[in-house]
Amino acid sequence: MQTKSSVVLAVLLVLAFVITSCVAPVAPQVVEKTVVVEKEKTVVIEKEKTVVVEKEKTVQVVVTATPEPTSAPKAGGTLIVARAADAKGLDPHKQTAFSSFRLLELIYEPLLALDQDLKVVPNLAESWAWSDEGKTLTVKLRPNVKFHNGDVLTAEDVKFTFERILDENTAAAARSSFTGIDAIEAPDATTVVFKLKGANVALLAAMTNPNSGIVSKKVVSAEDPAKVTIGTGPFKLVKWDVDRTTTLAANKDYWLPGVPAVDGLEIRIIPDEASILAGLRAGTIDWALINDPKVAIRASGAQKLTIFRTGALAYHVLQLNSTREPFTNQAVRQAIACAVDRQEVLDTASLGEGQVTAPATAPFYRADLNDLFCYQKDVEKAKKLLADAGVTLPLKFKVMAAADEPPTAVAEAQNIQAQLKEIGIEFEIETLELGVYVDRWLKSDFDAVVALNGGNPDPDIMFFRYWHSTGNLNKVAAWNDPEIDKLLEEGKITLDPEQRKAIYNTVQQKLAEAAPWVWLYVGYEYRIMQPYVKGFTPMPNGSLVYLRDVWLDK
Amino acid sequence: MRRFLTQRLVALLPTLLGISVIVFVVIHLIPGDTISAMIGTQYKLTEAQAVALRAYYGLDKPLVEQYFRWIAAAVQGNLGLSVRSGQPVLAEIARSFPLTLELTLLSVLIALLVGVPIGILSAVKRDTLVDLLARLFALTGMALPNFWLGTLIILVLSVVFGILPNSGDFVSFTGDPLRNLSQMIFPAITLGFAFAASVMRTTRSAMLEVLRQDYVRTARGKGLAENTVIIRHALSNALIPVITLVGVEFGYLLGGAVIVENVFSLPGIGRLILNGIYQRDYAVVQGSILFVALNFVVINLLVDVVYALVDPRIRYE
Repeated sequence: MQTKSSVVLAVLLVLAFVITSCVAPVAPQVVEKTVVVEKEKTVVIEKEKTVVVEKEKTVQVVVTATPEPTSAPKAGGTLIVARAADAKGLDPHKQTAFSSFRLLELIYEPLLALDQDLKVVPNLAESWAWSDEGKTLTVKLRPNVKFHNGDVLTAEDVKFTFERILDENTAAAARSSFTGIDAIEAPDATTVVFKLKGANVALLAAMTNPNSGIVSKKVVSAEDPAKVTIGTGPFKLVKWDVDRTTTLAANKDYWLPGVPAVDGLEIRIIPDEASILAGLRAGTIDWALINDPKVAIRASGAQKLTIFRTGALAYHVLQLNSTREPFTNQAVRQAIACAVDRQEVLDTASLGEGQVTAPATAPFYRADLNDLFCYQKDVEKAKKLLADAGVTLPLKFKVMAAADEPPTAVAEAQNIQAQLKEIGIEFEIETLELGVYVDRWLKSDFDAVVALNGGNPDPDIMFFRYWHSTGNLNKVAAWNDPEIDKLLEEGKITLDPEQRKAIYNTVQQKLAEAAPWVWLYVGYEYRIMQPYVKGFTPMPNGSLVYLRDVWLDK
Repeated sequence: MRRFLTQRLVALLPTLLGISVIVFVVIHLIPGDTISAMIGTQYKLTEAQAVALRAYYGLDKPLVEQYFRWIAAAVQGNLGLSVRSGQPVLAEIARSFPLTLELTLLSVLIALLVGVPIGILSAVKRDTLVDLLARLFALTGMALPNFWLGTLIILVLSVVFGILPNSGDFVSFTGDPLRNLSQMIFPAITLGFAFAASVMRTTRSAMLEVLRQDYVRTARGKGLAENTVIIRHALSNALIPVITLVGVEFGYLLGGAVIVENVFSLPGIGRLILNGIYQRDYAVVQGSILFVALNFVVINLLVDVVYALVDPRIRYE
């Protein structure tokens, strides 16, 4: 009898341990000055191609003592990569976690790609053309692309891929981006024709997403891509030892000659980023992906490590649920927007490593912050808004935050809590485990939430799902404004980049003023490597695809 | 003895069945499921997509049916497939458990190597400065939570000495024993520290008890050397409670390994369970915890058997 109860106790203890051990150890804060060297780097993948969307330079490069490569690239060697989180699965169409993208984008490739300036550029497709008033998209494939099993990529594979994504039984994450496709035709081996229900400019941006990776018809018809991984990418998956090591070998038949330069990648999963930094310092790691600004700042003080710092597209935001009290009252939302100094939130939670952002995070579409409602903290205005609307304090609400995702969420909530005290608004912070958080977030079961939401280079993909009354995440944004609906519909079909920019500028101004959300800031992502690692290009969307160009100068 | 063993083995079944129910219910009680953990906040599935995905993972059946399907397969040695890797859960456990077992065994070894000698010394030199220091050690060991001790060790090692217990290139003991031990030693110390303290206390009190016995006085009276008296006559009897302690604590150490593995980034069963919970990979969590529990009850049984071997007075009818 005693054994039984002690066993039950033990199981409960294990569970309790497991739950309590979610609390991450506190990393030491050694704050050092960073020297920021801003450079413009343009990588042209394909010179002759026209592009539809124009964007500004976004990548900031922080270089600590790394001379530009002078010698010619050397081939060979294995690059030891370290990162904190492993992929959550291998089916390219079902995965949505960034940690999965960072692996799958090396193995699978979409038709189109983004360059360093977030311009849409050719990838597996060597060209594309719009016709029929933007209702037909004809894509020409590269003739020399082979899958990892040696099969040649054909238009049938592309057709199969998009039909798989559109099939609701696949439960593909990117399906909603492609529901505008009416029919897909493959008139010959290298031509794919997409017939659309209506013009949709954002389709091209959606075709650059890792979730639109092209799979082999033959392979996926026979096997589950969650288990069998055959893509066209620069690297082949050799072994996925979950949460330990992922081994990738160079794809010798890759369509770009001489690429990849290295023989392979060994990706080690080290959950603690401080340990990754120590590994870099000790020289056991060549290349690392770091998200925690506290760790990255320490790395910049270390010996000759090369650090690339890239502005992220994902944004930190305070979402107010405007279907719930007290946020049904616009004055309350506006007062909060006015009372929060966004830079202070950024400085406190992320040590200033980031930029205050407008609702759109891609630099080309990001509205001028000076044009947006209350982007300068104004306590008097906030108090006046509350007084004029006859709001009686104190208000009663809770702000939800995930414990670890992002790691800064709780600190952001605490800073906002302190700032709102100045106008007499107090609230309680609810810290939740990520799974619970996601569940409630999707059900819109919160008063307010400090979130890190994914961004996109295309404003249509970024805004439509939340702010259009038919958007698939509209329930989370809890917003219905016919004027915004009209603007978003217009943006979807406007081809001219400047006109589109103007439309989305108006959307952002309206959103900032109505203040359903208080957009805070975008953080940075860091790629840290040894000085002998050459040829890497960081991407604002975080993609690691340019690991294919990396070579080892040693 | 045989009858005793049969009885105990039969009694294991309801225990394990009970555990399986608790584990199943608890993991399913946590809000969120495999699908929402997988999709996160980036996308929203359509109703039909969600239904298809639920069916793909077998989550569309009623909970009770899910449980019986799982337990029926588990009895036949099939713990299901991991949502994440698509691999059988049993293979995942086989991949992760050796590390946890090694960590636990090493920490028991360290605890015995440290705790028993200090315990003896403390008993023999009762109420001296040595005894005081030893008891202070015991108090500290029991009071320090191991996640804190682990963090502290990592901090001191990396900041002061510039070395790191783990940089992701974990090697198995069979691969490279020396490298493996250098990677395991600090996690094992972390896990074994508190246990060393309780071993020391148990050894001390058992020794004090035994040293008062007549046969020890007789041994001394015969003119035997004090070392012989302590080691051969006293210690062998004082060790019985220590063996009990090891048996009882072993299961808890397996549980504690969950935390230490996460602090030191070791890819053992603890990491497997934790990541399984994050991702709501139900089969992995249920299978792993059931496996740990099975170890626990089997070890308890073994301890009972070992009693009989060590202590001639104990006989099972």
